[in-house]
Amino acid sequence: MGAPVLGLTVGPLLFNWSSRAFADFYARLADEGPVDRVVIGELVCSKRLPFDEDEIPTAIERLQRAGKTVVLTSLALPTLPRERAAARDLVQSGLEVALNDLSLMNAVDGAAFSIGPLVNVYNEATLAFLARRGARGVSLPPEAPYASVRTMARAGAALGVGVEVWGYGLAPLAISARRYHARMHGLSKDSCRFVFERDRHGLAVRTLDGRDFLAVNGVQTLSCATVNLVGDATKLTQAGVTALRLSPHSGDFVALAKTFRDALDGALALKEALAQTRSLAPETTFTHGFLMGAYGAEPLTAG
Amino acid sequence: MHSAHDGDAVILADLGLLNYAATQHRNLRLRLSVQAAAANADADAIAFYARAFGVKRAVLPRVLTVHEIAAINHDVNVETEVSVFGGLCVMAEGRCSLSSYATGKSPNINGACSPASHVEYREEDGRLVSRLGGFAIHSVAKGEAAPYPTMCKGFFQAGDYRGHVFEDPSSLDAAALIAPLAEAGVTALKIVGRQRSRAYVEAVVPAFRRAVDAYGAGRPIASGELTAPTEGQKTTSGAYRKTWR
Repeated sequence: MGAPVLGLTVGPLLFNWSSRAFADFYARLADEGPVDRVVIGELVCSKRLPFDEDEIPTAIERLQRAGKTVVLTSLALPTLPRERAAARDLVQSGLEVALNDLSLMNAVDGAAFSIGPLVNVYNEATLAFLARRGARGVSLPPEAPYASVRTMARAGAALGVGVEVWGYGLAPLAISARRYHARMHGLSKDSCRFVFERDRHGLAVRTLDGRDFLAVNGVQTLSCATVNLVGDATKLTQAGVTALRLSPHSGDFVALAKTFRDALDGALALKEALAQTRSLAPETTFTHGFLMGAYGAEPLTAG
Repeated sequence: MHSAHDGDAVILADLGLLNYAATQHRNLRLRLSVQAAAANADADAIAFYARAFGVKRAVLPRVLTVHEIAAINHDVNVETEVSVFGGLCVMAEGRCSLSSYATGKSPNINGACSPASHVEYREEDGRLVSRLGGFAIHSVAKGEAAPYPTMCKGFFQAGDYRGHVFEDPSSLDAAALIAPLAEAGVTALKIVGRQRSRAYVEAVVPAFRRAVDAYGAGRPIASGELTAPTEGQKTTSGAYRKTWR
């Protein structure tokens, strides 16, 4: 028997795209994306939901018809009664729910659920606790270093719980009750009037000396560097990780998923896979700093 | 077993540790750290921690309004503690990896945010530039007081905006809110002590003692006397007042 083959999960879209872009993304992902699971719904800000709400059921149906497992995401930081009610509705939906906040733990008894990357899971004891509570899988925080990932992947195998790692995309670094896009425009969150991000990957935040550093995405702060673990596929497989998560980005996302799929299947050398991802996202800086480096933003060097 | 160290309670954030403490040390009084990310403005997450582990007190994050704190105290039978002085985390606490992104050290993994080991001050073109993990995030004119370079209080450029994108280098001072916080059902006030000096403790703790005692005795609370040891000589009452968002 060879090493088990890692699955690919597509995380929820973090950015505030137009309904059209949203629909197109999921239609193409359903039809062509070589991925196993798709987490869909609003993670960042409930104010965006009305804009995508009509598109979500259509996307779910198309993904399911294509044989993908569809998982609904909970909101990262529910702060309003209606957000709390909406979270309960997710659990009633019959689909697996990915919890990104522990407030839903009371409601998931008996329901299918997994743990998303915004819940703190840093050790095997936490993993075991969540497994005993019924979590099917855990998507680890992007901050987790390789030694921890390896320990938790081993524990997950013994517990029968999938352990997923943030494989590609701007890393979620922080979430706040405050909406920074709106703050910069002199508006508060509760009256932000939906200041839309013009940039498809949030608004770049630069240091005083002009270095790209962070990206502001409504109430969320992301890394400006893109986490890319395609070059670490072999190590992650050996560690016993069960899936890699790809976070939706603009550009040819299906081609990106194919590159990851080929790398994980051994159909493409890792160096070649890394080169392919570079050509798919030439404007971004890649990093695997949280997993392998000295700090999260450490640029991935060639070779 | 815990009596060997004779603490009144332990304060925890990690689910695995909470579970260990609750099952292996049944008489140990558990408090929920702000790092446990029970940050939502309802009692659901706190109720989960109370049910699962029997926590008796929760330290609330600094992203809630006084009104939201009152609602939590109404909904759940757990004592609450809120931060009133010191650093102001503008991000949901326990869920922020800005520091490890820049330096490799984070509150969740290392218990430190924006650690001094990664701070650098350098004079460049007549200005004093502050770096954290090599990232230039603040500068002041020569002779001006430079704030400690905390990641979320840095000076950045974003589009046409130049400024403190996330928060000004101010620190939290909710002394003026002692009465509303007490009326909201808060049990205890927390003064940030980590990475702070003895001088800070000497100045701040007695001042709050006096303020709390004044409130208890029905006397007015003197305001403004706590501003000396703060970061950047500026204070804010943070999210407790709704305008902050």
